[in-house]
Amino acid sequence: MEKRSARPAREIVVPGDILDDSGAKAGDNTYTVDGKVYAAVLGVKNKNQYGVGVIPLGGRYMPKPGDMVIGMINDIGSSNWMVDIRAPYPAPLHVSEVPWKVEFGDTSRYLNVGNVVLLKVLSVDEGKKIQVTMNDSGLRRLEGGRLVEIPYVKVSRVIGKSGSMIQMIKNMTDCRIFIGENGIIWIDGDERNAEVAVQAIEMIGEHAHKGSLTERVKEFIEKELPNAGEVGE
Amino acid sequence: MSGTTDMILVDKDGKRIDGRMPEEHRAVKIEAGVLANADGSAYVEIGKNKVLAAVYGPRECHPRHLQDPTKAIIQCKYNMQTYSVSDRKRPGTDRRSVEISKITAEALEKVVLTELYPRASIDVYIEILQANAGTRCAGLTAASVALADAGIPMRDIIPAIAAGKADGHVLLDLNKEEDNFGQADVPIAIVPSTNEIVLLQMDGNMTRQEFDRAIELAVGGCHDLYKLQKEALLKRYGDGGDSDE
Repeated sequence: MEKRSARPAREIVVPGDILDDSGAKAGDNTYTVDGKVYAAVLGVKNKNQYGVGVIPLGGRYMPKPGDMVIGMINDIGSSNWMVDIRAPYPAPLHVSEVPWKVEFGDTSRYLNVGNVVLLKVLSVDEGKKIQVTMNDSGLRRLEGGRLVEIPYVKVSRVIGKSGSMIQMIKNMTDCRIFIGENGIIWIDGDERNAEVAVQAIEMIGEHAHKGSLTERVKEFIEKELPNAGEVGE
Repeated sequence: MSGTTDMILVDKDGKRIDGRMPEEHRAVKIEAGVLANADGSAYVEIGKNKVLAAVYGPRECHPRHLQDPTKAIIQCKYNMQTYSVSDRKRPGTDRRSVEISKITAEALEKVVLTELYPRASIDVYIEILQANAGTRCAGLTAASVALADAGIPMRDIIPAIAAGKADGHVLLDLNKEEDNFGQADVPIAIVPSTNEIVLLQMDGNMTRQEFDRAIELAVGGCHDLYKLQKEALLKRYGDGGDSDE
């Protein structure tokens, strides 16, 4: 159990709360009226040298270029696939953005409705039109395994500090895990182990705002899988 | 405002039939995040009113012709359950619920930062489980907490409350008897940080002085409600200690 006492107390703010009236720069999820910075969403106040912002506690995933996401094929066109990435907008995957040479109208030979793919967000324009790509290393169709969904704001907790949490879960359950920035997580492994990994991740999703999360998850996995693998640090 | 009665709504000490003083609102209970499957939700009790609000979105707007390429639209549905009133309410949309849905959506549009989500739709569903006058205000109060709970960017949370006139007295937060046998009912909703009014309706008759007094009472009541709305949202994330990462 490590305690960091130097950490300032978390301050939860609601929309309309004044964050700063001394001229600090407005950060994410804020708005400014008459030089005063107000919170625009329910979240945790975050003040640093760049300004004052709010880290949201919930809400929909909004794609950013470069995000690694997991999506499910929704619909097939003759030159593109529509992918559901849990954003407020549809995400088309064009045939020029996949690692195969696809003939016009031959899209369903490569990816079909219900297939799960690991993608990268290529661009989001002003009108919030999204484009995704599979043309990057490691991006591919995910076969087998299972999906868990958690609020996207909890993704950083599942990964943990420099990947500590996810490394621990991977090592202890011996599963292959991919985490999408959009809160969709793909897990593949031995049946019982995968089940425990799913439960552990769901647990993080539920208790993300509480303390000593890593300890709790470790305890949980140790209880469920008594002969789990060693914990790698 | 519909009937007459020999009931004494305000006695000579200024006390109302439920024991409140003229400037007192009913007991309020607000809870955020009560539904697991909606993106955001809230449950509100104001006196005998029981209201549930759920929010979905922002999501793709259907039907497509309603999409606005410059901002998100807010679609609101206000619905009364058949068992919400003493005579069974005929289920489904009626003129009254269409009106309330419209004014609620318009009030919420003033605070939600809709320009962040062009072409999208934010759907608000308000269910009246039990009604005792003032459900439009309770519904709007619940809806704005649900929106904040859904993580939707907004300028402020809006509280709503009614003031009115019964037995010749200006009263805050009318109950059913005062609403039915009173002379006027003025529901209002404000943006607490600026005191802007985003909803104002009036039913019945009042003098200018009485109206000003009613607004004064209702704005005060809104600020009380606002504190409770904030508390409800903070309470949702209040348990548990510091984060460890």
